[in-house]
Amino acid sequence: MAKKKPGKQTYIDWFRMMMLIRRFEEKSAQMYGQNKIRGFCHLYIGQEAVAGGLMSAMEDGDKVITAYRDHGHALAMGIDPGAVMAELFGRVDGCSKGKGGSMHMFSKAHNFLGGHGIVGGQIPLGAGIALAEQYKGTKNVCFCFMGDGAVRQGSLHETFNMAMLWKLPVVFICENNNYAMGTSVERTTNVLDIYKMACAYDMPSEQVDGMSCEAVHEALERTADLARKGEGPTFLELKTYRYKGHSMSDPAKYRTKEELENYKKVDPIEVTRKEIIKKKWMTEKALDELEEEIEAEVAKAVEFADNSPFPEPDELYKDVYMEDYPFIVE
Amino acid sequence: MARELQIREALREAMNEEMRADENIFLIGEEVAEYNGAYKVSQGMLEEFGEKRVIDTPIAELGFAGISVGAAMNGLRPIVEFMTFNFSLVAIDQVINSAAKMNSMSGGEFFCPMVFRGPTGSAGQLGAQHSQNFENWYANCPGLKVVVLSNAYNAKGLLKSAIRDNDPVIFMESEQMYGLKHEVPEEEYLIPLGQANIQKSGEDVTIVSFGKMMRVCEEAVVALAEKGIDAELIDLQTVRPIDYKTIADSIIKTNRCIIVEEAWPLASISSEISYMMSQMVFDHLDAPIKRVTTRDVPLPYAPTLVDAFLPNVERIVQAVDAVMYR
Ligand SMILES: Cc1ncc(C[n+]2csc(CCOP(=O)(O)OP(=O)(O)O)c2C)c(N)n1
Ligand SMILES: [Mg+2]
Repeated sequence: MAKKKPGKQTYIDWFRMMMLIRRFEEKSAQMYGQNKIRGFCHLYIGQEAVAGGLMSAMEDGDKVITAYRDHGHALAMGIDPGAVMAELFGRVDGCSKGKGGSMHMFSKAHNFLGGHGIVGGQIPLGAGIALAEQYKGTKNVCFCFMGDGAVRQGSLHETFNMAMLWKLPVVFICENNNYAMGTSVERTTNVLDIYKMACAYDMPSEQVDGMSCEAVHEALERTADLARKGEGPTFLELKTYRYKGHSMSDPAKYRTKEELENYKKVDPIEVTRKEIIKKKWMTEKALDELEEEIEAEVAKAVEFADNSPFPEPDELYKDVYMEDYPFIVE
Repeated sequence: MARELQIREALREAMNEEMRADENIFLIGEEVAEYNGAYKVSQGMLEEFGEKRVIDTPIAELGFAGISVGAAMNGLRPIVEFMTFNFSLVAIDQVINSAAKMNSMSGGEFFCPMVFRGPTGSAGQLGAQHSQNFENWYANCPGLKVVVLSNAYNAKGLLKSAIRDNDPVIFMESEQMYGLKHEVPEEEYLIPLGQANIQKSGEDVTIVSFGKMMRVCEEAVVALAEKGIDAELIDLQTVRPIDYKTIADSIIKTNRCIIVEEAWPLASISSEISYMMSQMVFDHLDAPIKRVTTRDVPLPYAPTLVDAFLPNVERIVQAVDAVMYR
């Protein structure tokens, strides 16, 4: 299946989505400072190209699952920024009714099967989601995201083996931002090329420039097609970087300024902006206006979240079981 | 001489002192060495003991818990840090099926002198997967001992005992308590495992609790005093084995008892104590035992739901009123 190279509209969509995520996350940090967002909050700033490439590569019906660094994926899946911000605020209009928070965004309507908090816990789930697609005979695939820290979990190995054995339509995607909290990849393994871990299971795998929407798009689209054709899973290692600390409480002292600056030089938003201007698809002025529009959209999301109420206490007993259940009350 | 220490400092002192005394002890876990601990409990330990004895791991709980069990079988005394006990579930097979069984299964050929430690329970708005109490899960399993600290003094004394113990000990802390300060003696001391502490004696009602809930109970005791009720407050400190006798003796004096526990109610430490007290002191009870636990649901993120979920002073006072028929 020869696909068209992404053109004008795709680039503009990438720019729009990445800018939305960047501004949304900056706003989240600000709201965290004001205590409107609490608990663990992991920002996606720096990794936006992955979300951009995902958005353009996936087809209707495809499923996505990821870990707790999930705001970017949720937005890329088309969940309304207001619903994501309301979730961060813990309000009833959040995409998980305020019950999930930053780490647990979900939306069935958007084929987003969630943000998951136990490192590596979503890896078998991703394969299971794919199993259901295979079982039902659809052409849908599951994009299953994980961090570079998550590949150290045993769940990955058990899942890779079965996914290959059963040729499940899943693309496993490691967003390698080189750190799991304060621990760099070098300090956790002798196999620095994470994609090679798939070799033990004869699973096709490759390394991809995770700072480039184009590269991410191309790799996801191509490997998803393989899965759609029944050829089974692929493991992609996307080399990317998070500009901020692991979570709001991490000063990120374990890395150098230079390392961070080097990645900012290939900032995917800047690169895409330049490309759009170079190709004369939009003027600088038009892009600035688009940016303002996005800022207004984020401001609207905050306003929406602010106006949504907190859940009532009796919500505690809802969404625990599918039917009435005799909870113990003291 | 006593000085004030944060709980994290008291824990660190306990590990440092024991590691200086016995070179077979080592600390292993995620971010314990170079990052100085996710919650800074192990600050400076890499510097003092070197990377042989303060070992950073990948995020591989099943692997490093099992590796530590193997090391314990072969003569070492590991201290395994779980970043929180929520993540110990990834490793629970090695804790239950290996560490807890080894002595019995091998007919006494092998034993596992080791500590699994880390924070338990909720810590604000962390959502369902990061807010769980497994004290009763581990306490259910023969072969383990289970300790839950509640202040800097017992943090140090209990951890030293846990490290010296020749059985696998689950040692539970709290993210929200690491920064709290309490008096800790300069001179060495141990607190034996399996002994409850009567933190405040009283005549009217017995309140049994442990861990972070002790803070809430202390507040409740003050609120009760204002109402003219003199409560006795017992800190279990160890939930396997449980010091039933101290609780029973207290009930013989007060004739009334409530239990406060941060955990889901079914098959909890509080159910267990209620059963044993009905066996031991039924005739001394003037009212059925009451308990205050978390609500019987996963803990959601929203602040209103966190408030509704956790035991609080109001609910404790209500429970006391109920057993006092007030
Ligand atoms: C099983 C488990 N162990 C430990 C943790 C604590 N923890 C949360 S995030 C994290 C680091 C994960 O890093 P990585 O997979 O690279 O993802 P990133 O944060 O870089 O997106 C750790 C250790 C956890 N949530 N689950
Ligand atoms: Mg990472």
